[in-house]
Amino acid sequence: MAEQRDIAAGRLDQAAYLAGFSIDAKVPLDQGRALIEASRCYFCYDAPCVEACPTGIDIPSFIRKISTRNTRGAALDILEPNIFGGACARVCPVEELCEEACVRDAQETKPVSIGLLQRFATDRFFETGEQPFARAPATGKKIAVVGAGPAGLAGAHRLARLGHAVTVYDAREKAGGLNEYGIAAYKVVDGFAQKEVDFILGVGGITVETGKALGKDLTLDALRRDFDAVFLAVGQAGVRAVGVSGEDIIGVEPAVDFIARLRQAADLAALPVGRRVVVIGGGNTAIDAAIQSRRLGAGDVTMVYRRGPDDMGATDHEQEFAKTDGVKIKYWAKPVRFMGTDGALTGVEFESTRITGGKIEGTGDTFVVPADMVLTAVGQMLVDDPITKNAKEPLSVVGGRIVTDGHGRTSLKGVYAGGDCVEGKDLTVQAVEDGKNAALAIDGDLRG
Amino acid sequence: MADLRNNFAGIRSPNPFWLASGPPTDKAYNVERAFEAGWGGVIWKTVGEPVVNVSSRYGANAYNGTRVAGFTNIELISDRSVEINLREIKEVKKRWPDRAVVVSLMVPCEEPIWESILHQVNETGCDGVELNFGCPHGMSERGMGAAVGQVPEYVAMVTRWAKQHSRVPVIVKLTPNVNDVLFPAQAAVDGNADAVSLINTVASVIGVDLDTMSPLPEVNGKGSHGGYCGPAVKPIALRMIGDIAREFGPDLRISGIGGISTWHDAAEHIAMGAANVQVCTAAMHQGFKIVEDMIDGLSNWMDSKGYRTLDDFRGHAIPNYVRWENLDMNYEIVARIDQDACIKCGLCHIACEDTAHQAITARTNGTRRYEVIDKECVGCNLCMLVCPVENCITMERVDNGKPYTQWSEDPRNPANRVAAE
Ligand SMILES: Cc1cc2nc3c(=O)[nH]c(=O)nc-3n(C[C@H](O)[C@H](O)[C@H](O)COP(=O)(O)OP(=O)(O)OC[C@H]3O[C@@H](n4cnc5c(N)ncnc54)[C@H](O)[C@@H]3O)c2cc1C
Ligand SMILES: Cc1cc2nc3c(=O)[nH]c(=O)nc-3n(C[C@H](O)[C@H](O)[C@H](O)COP(=O)(O)O)c2cc1C
Ligand code: SF4
Repeated sequence: MAEQRDIAAGRLDQAAYLAGFSIDAKVPLDQGRALIEASRCYFCYDAPCVEACPTGIDIPSFIRKISTRNTRGAALDILEPNIFGGACARVCPVEELCEEACVRDAQETKPVSIGLLQRFATDRFFETGEQPFARAPATGKKIAVVGAGPAGLAGAHRLARLGHAVTVYDAREKAGGLNEYGIAAYKVVDGFAQKEVDFILGVGGITVETGKALGKDLTLDALRRDFDAVFLAVGQAGVRAVGVSGEDIIGVEPAVDFIARLRQAADLAALPVGRRVVVIGGGNTAIDAAIQSRRLGAGDVTMVYRRGPDDMGATDHEQEFAKTDGVKIKYWAKPVRFMGTDGALTGVEFESTRITGGKIEGTGDTFVVPADMVLTAVGQMLVDDPITKNAKEPLSVVGGRIVTDGHGRTSLKGVYAGGDCVEGKDLTVQAVEDGKNAALAIDGDLRG
Repeated sequence: MADLRNNFAGIRSPNPFWLASGPPTDKAYNVERAFEAGWGGVIWKTVGEPVVNVSSRYGANAYNGTRVAGFTNIELISDRSVEINLREIKEVKKRWPDRAVVVSLMVPCEEPIWESILHQVNETGCDGVELNFGCPHGMSERGMGAAVGQVPEYVAMVTRWAKQHSRVPVIVKLTPNVNDVLFPAQAAVDGNADAVSLINTVASVIGVDLDTMSPLPEVNGKGSHGGYCGPAVKPIALRMIGDIAREFGPDLRISGIGGISTWHDAAEHIAMGAANVQVCTAAMHQGFKIVEDMIDGLSNWMDSKGYRTLDDFRGHAIPNYVRWENLDMNYEIVARIDQDACIKCGLCHIACEDTAHQAITARTNGTRRYEVIDKECVGCNLCMLVCPVENCITMERVDNGKPYTQWSEDPRNPANRVAAE
């Protein structure tokens, strides 16, 4: 007889949920530690870390200001080029950005903890409740932003500062994009994502309309008609299918949906999770889904990736982090089919893989991993249908990304794009930079 | 193994590391702990008419993560009675016959008072006395300490009284708060002092609290100037000790004080002419145990150099301690940057570019590469000093074939040009 699918809520006691989701993944610095860490910065000239930051924060400058206890100055050095400096301090994979470039890493394989210092400065500043940014005199121009994620809000903020009137539309119920619905809970505890949104909107001149989807409630043609410019920052709303049989079996679902549900859950103890969870994929989404299902009480979590550890999208740091949480990572195997009885999941059949002549191929050996829940994370993609459907002029989309000129200008006049929906690193910090750059391009173009 | 035994103007100790007069030597309890830890001697906290101290008393100059780069105090001399101090001194000396116990004294400038206290001190069996002519705050306002040390006539006069009434060697402790330390040093010699010790603390204000607008350390919203010491004052001490050693030669015994935290600092003091050394702030910062490495480190270093006794290198830097006009005008060096060691912080470039001689490149073909442009480099050392990687930047001699030439002979000296015309 087939085993009953074991999926249940409330596997842990309350303290365990708190420990797993409400405690910062990285312990924040206090004043004393911040001073010690800041003193390690050499205040480099032409500093490599600045180059490695997609938003170009003047890192030596803000760290020096921390060390002189000019914390407000430090925070503004961060927030001026990167209005999501608070989120970035929490979510950036610094080990492959600024901290990887730190000269201390070359000298002693221990970079200055730039991320934690950034967090220190911004946290302290937010505690004051000050709104440091003001708007320029009104320009009379109206701009529509579609998508209230990091790209959309960073763009909106810059546009508002420059004196434009901005309306941000988002299909979801809350603003914030993946900061609110996607990033692992333990990276942004205490409702930080919404507090940050409030801080950003605090500049004024931005109207947010949630529950408004482009393609359903809005059309690009209408936005182009009603606004002086349109900034598309819709991210990647679609999930790639694994493409093997049985994907519709109950118990198989995209990891991003599971994470979004988790991020919005009022009570984590009410959230069901399988006893045995299999996560398919090798990126950060897969890692986050695996860790968070473990922390929800899944007894056995296995990530299966079709290539080796070095090919993974998830950094070494994150793979280690997952292993510390008791996640098993199985490399070199790809799913063949999802298995179920009476439409309910029982397991996944995999085939071992290898590289031959630079190409990945199955070896013919198969094995079955029993599972009560499967989370798929083999990639997200742009859903361009709602944007382009029935449009008078076509928007150029290549390889699932909206084509831009490097300053956010798309193939359509007056239409700009940035963030995960365009080519580039799919990171919060890159989305922020795209939003800022598109805003500057829009402003420049409108002023002629 | 090196022999660290020290004979300082007739005062013997197993090693040259003494605790300077101050809180570490305030009473028998501290001094015995210091001796247990291995200190060679102590100058007892200055004894005199007991004072009352305030709180707070100390301040520190914290710099870039270093908690105590410099230290200041507004404490006065001992706040315990002469009798208690002298009784404890006598007991401690009896228990620790091999260690140096020196009594620091400060009393008003009247011979009978000095005579009376010295007679009591003579009874303790101590090894020497040190005349505190240095304290820059509190006591000087009462006509003692630096108020005496700054007037050579008083120094000579009080030293003479002390020599007359003391049965043990007399050390005169000099203040750095003078224009030229050679004058009070000469006065001590004129008064027949057996030795001098220096430096006492440097008159200073360590900082200001920007909320209360009080100078620091703060006493209920107000501050007064204090005495600065610790690592930051070592350069001042080395210069003054060197000046005295150069002027008076090796026969005048000097006890080096000021900013000594390690054996290395001590060795530098001795090379500049000190016959032994005294430590205060470093012990207050990290406790008495630091003396272990001071002894061990100095001994290992002396072995590595082949110095058997302290006298083997005492004052060895003095023949090389010359006046500017005796430096070789033809000596040339340039900076060399080890590209393999370079971590690309750019600090050498920006220092030279902004404040020196624009002699270091920044980027070549778009990549960071810091290289010295020899013809622009004046050999100032700045880049080497700011480079955070040890030995990455070194200074290399340029063989220009020119002979040693001092300024008086240099053709670039306007005086020589006039003569030639
Ligand atoms: C699970 C997960 C974990 C991640 N972890 C990290 C991390 O730790 N660090 C990091 O740097 N990056 C991480 N990322 C990536 C990062 O979240 C994204 O790169 C970033 O959010 C992209 O910002 P964006 O504004 O372009 O898109 P999004 O944040 O996706 O925002 C797009 C917004 O557009 C809205 N939208 C979409 N379609 C429409 C439409 N038709 N009409 C109206 N609104 C629409 C969406 O509702 C959404 O609010 C993670 C991503 C995922 C999925
Ligand atoms: C708190 C404190 C109290 C001191 N009290 C005396 C004193 O009573 N008599 C004295 O001669 N010197 C006194 N000094 C000066 C020290 O003996 C010493 O000369 C000076 O601190 C420099 O040495 P350092 O750099 O090792 O501290 C005191 C110093 C400090 C820090
Ligand atoms: S030694 Fe002085 S002049 Fe020469 S390269 Fe270095 S900083 Fe420049």
